[in-house]
Amino acid sequence: MDTQITLRVDGADHPLTVDTRTTLLDALRERLRITSPKKGCDHGQCGACTVLLDGRRVNSCLVLAVTVDDAEVITSDGLAAGGEHPLHRAFLDNDAFQCGYCTPGQVCSAAGVLAEARAGWPSTVTDDLTADEVDLTDDEIRDRMSGNLCRCAAYAHIVLAVAAVAEAEGVRR
Amino acid sequence: MREFRYERAADPASAVALLAAEPEGAFLGGGTNLVDLMKLGVATPDVLVDVRRLTSAEVAELPDGGLRIGAAVPNADLAADRRVRERFPVLSQALLAGASGQLRNRATTGGNLLQRTRCSYFTDVTRPCNKRSPGSGCGALQGVHRNHAVLGQTLEGPATCVATHPSDMAVALAALDAVIRVLGPDGEREVPMAELHRLPGDDATRDTTLRHGELVTAIDLPPLGMPSRYRKVRDRASFAFALVSIAAAVRVADGVVDDVRLAFGGVAHKPWRATTAEDALRGRPATEESFAAAADAELAAATPLRDNAFKVPLARNLVVRTLLQLTEGAR
Repeated sequence: MDTQITLRVDGADHPLTVDTRTTLLDALRERLRITSPKKGCDHGQCGACTVLLDGRRVNSCLVLAVTVDDAEVITSDGLAAGGEHPLHRAFLDNDAFQCGYCTPGQVCSAAGVLAEARAGWPSTVTDDLTADEVDLTDDEIRDRMSGNLCRCAAYAHIVLAVAAVAEAEGVRR
Repeated sequence: MREFRYERAADPASAVALLAAEPEGAFLGGGTNLVDLMKLGVATPDVLVDVRRLTSAEVAELPDGGLRIGAAVPNADLAADRRVRERFPVLSQALLAGASGQLRNRATTGGNLLQRTRCSYFTDVTRPCNKRSPGSGCGALQGVHRNHAVLGQTLEGPATCVATHPSDMAVALAALDAVIRVLGPDGEREVPMAELHRLPGDDATRDTTLRHGELVTAIDLPPLGMPSRYRKVRDRASFAFALVSIAAAVRVADGVVDDVRLAFGGVAHKPWRATTAEDALRGRPATEESFAAAADAELAAATPLRDNAFKVPLARNLVVRTLLQLTEGAR
């Protein structure tokens, strides 16, 4: 069943007609040719499709496009819009990928992790649930990034990359 | 995926009226489970009524010191809520133990309660499953069932089902005596958490006692006033469903258990409130021996399957460890 929507992606408006069954991921990739979010499992288990939706990281494969025609979508490409994003630089500097397929999702997820840490959100490995400030230790990063799989298993360097930016942003001691 | 019409409503009552007229329709919350089930062909609604932003997305104080959680509150926000972290840590911990950061951002409180089992026979339309296709059989009974139920299953007949309820949050809400506020075609009603989910009984297709068209609008938490904790055992450290989990709260006075709440996850078709263990503990000394005896009393009813008997001692040890931790210093 066709529906008219407008998707706002990386700062640009895209009016389009979609079948109600279209996910945000498919609308981005197949209709708008915005291919930075990747299709891995298509079931919310791998995180390759992660984008920021109104500033929060979500699996775009589980979001129906018709539900977000008034939302702001930012992809990994969009993060770099104002020049180089610190996470992109950190992933390069720390060799935090091999094939790169999961990387845009990892980067968007990491951006979400940093925002959640700045907001003081705890995780399942946080000892003191009532602490005001989050310290993104390696264990914290591993837990918070666990929704993003990397079949090349670049995890050790992904943790280094996220840790580098967390330190620069003052959410890692 | 079956074609569907997408509807938005002006308010919860209109959404309820819309869905009540659509026998094959469904409410759409965050969609993290429903959209997946639609892709798999397990859920085939012909109308989706979007309720993600219809109910309250706020956590509000109740006059008795409890909290009212709007059904639209995302799981991530509820876990991070300062009042929940301080007064109901078991709930915050349960939420943080579930899913991934991305899923918690999108999933709603109401939707979390109503998510379906992750039994691999239920989610694969090529396999027998009495929950999905009544009378087709239960593939898990003699199949892959290491992570299935050990309590309250239906083990024979056309409703045979050994699936578990997947939610961590619901286990905490069971221990907290939460009250589910529901709006239906006939008006509002309150459903105690213990009566929301059901065992497969003679109809494995129904996970809850809600009727078609009823919408969860809020969840009320009565004040707790005891230390509480959620612990989850799983095959990997993060982003995995529970093998066994426990939500526990306990108060000790003069070395004796004054009050206690215990609920298990990963062991049954619903969050399993361990009332037998609770009854065995109240008024008893807060010792490792009484904790173990109470757990044994609860688990005496267990009917484990060929490959999941490990869950029984796991649940017992989890009760003992968690209660020992919670009562450290008070014993």
